[in-house]
Amino acid sequence: MKGMTEIVKTISRLLAGLIFFYGIYIVVFGHLTPGGGFAGGIVISGAFILLIIANGIDEEKINRVREKAGFLESSGIFLFWVISTIGLCMGTFFFLNFLGKGKPLNIFSAGTVPLCNIAIGIEVSAALCSIVIAFMLVKKGDKK
Amino acid sequence: MFALLILLMILMIMGAIVAVQSKDLLSAVISMGIVGFGLTLVFLILQAPDLAIVQIAVETLTLVILIAAVMKTTMKEIKVRKSTVVIYSGIATVIVLIILLFILGDTFKELPAFGYPELRMSEYYIEQGLEKTGAANLVTSVILDFRAYDTLGEATVLFTAVMGILAVLRRKGRKE
Amino acid sequence: MIYFLCGLLFLVGLSGILLKRNLIKIIISLTIIEYSLFMFLALVGYKHKAVPPIITSLTEKNNYVDPLPQALVLTAIVIGLATTALLVALAVRIYEKYGTFDIREIRKLKG
Repeated sequence: MKGMTEIVKTISRLLAGLIFFYGIYIVVFGHLTPGGGFAGGIVISGAFILLIIANGIDEEKINRVREKAGFLESSGIFLFWVISTIGLCMGTFFFLNFLGKGKPLNIFSAGTVPLCNIAIGIEVSAALCSIVIAFMLVKKGDKK
Repeated sequence: MFALLILLMILMIMGAIVAVQSKDLLSAVISMGIVGFGLTLVFLILQAPDLAIVQIAVETLTLVILIAAVMKTTMKEIKVRKSTVVIYSGIATVIVLIILLFILGDTFKELPAFGYPELRMSEYYIEQGLEKTGAANLVTSVILDFRAYDTLGEATVLFTAVMGILAVLRRKGRKE
Repeated sequence: MIYFLCGLLFLVGLSGILLKRNLIKIIISLTIIEYSLFMFLALVGYKHKAVPPIITSLTEKNNYVDPLPQALVLTAIVIGLATTALLVALAVRIYEKYGTFDIREIRKLKG
């Protein structure tokens, strides 16, 4: 797939960083302000998808991106599972909030909730990225 | 506020009718965008900012995926010739929909009035949420602490759906 | 009244599934039904003169909206995107095999 014109490429390069950091903000502050792992993950994947659509796809390069996205997706869900199982290993129940609660309304509070948010954010962003890359690679008129 | 909500919902219904009835698949997909972005505004009016953030991003991605699929295949809607079967099935569908409309109207009378919900479980979540989990955002405290099993299941469903998409769309190893 | 409009949106989507013969149209109708259900859940949790369920200060007690339906919808929206994408992927592959989105043609050609 071809990319778009030079204007679109430049603007998207400028905007993608801002969108990426906004997504990270939504994920990290998910337990204090609106947002969380799902919302922030989608916004982060939006930054990558903007770059992919604006710059076009090179088949050789995109396969490496795809492998990395698959690895990140698996590691995100594995991280979430590990966080949930630690409580079980400590002799209590699944999803124990084993860290201290901290001071409320502070960035380091709520125990495992921010960690779970980060794991879900990684998983969702990598998953949506790989979905869009797979759709972009479908060729037109690739019949039968 | 209430009048604005009703106006938005009427706009969404009109967008949905255009999306279902239009002759061109690209315009159908774009009018589906009216429904999705209208839903974002409805969530904002209903005091749900978390849902509004998720919905606006998801709607954009849905449109990207659907437009990519439509551009790569075809935009033409199928022509249906007028025959007796088509007319009879249309009449039967309309009758079924009218019956369902009456049933829905009866059912909605049983619900608590709009704006005055009966909170039982949620009372507990609202009062104890900050003490038990330490998260100031009560929605996050529900999805990641009180009901985290649900979230683990949903994350697994997302993972499985993505694996399915990659398996269906891969080109390597297909017969030429 | 307001629940009734939500039900009407559901019926529009249902009529699309029942009457249309195009796979993409059926997927769009399914998505519209999903949206109407999300809106219904958010409407059930709404409370008059309430604020979003986010605690901003420890001292004052506010009247919060019900957080439970919002939490249910939040995860369901993302899953809805993934399942819609899976349906579209299957539709694209069916188009490559048969050259059409018409569900009657697909039934006729078998294999």
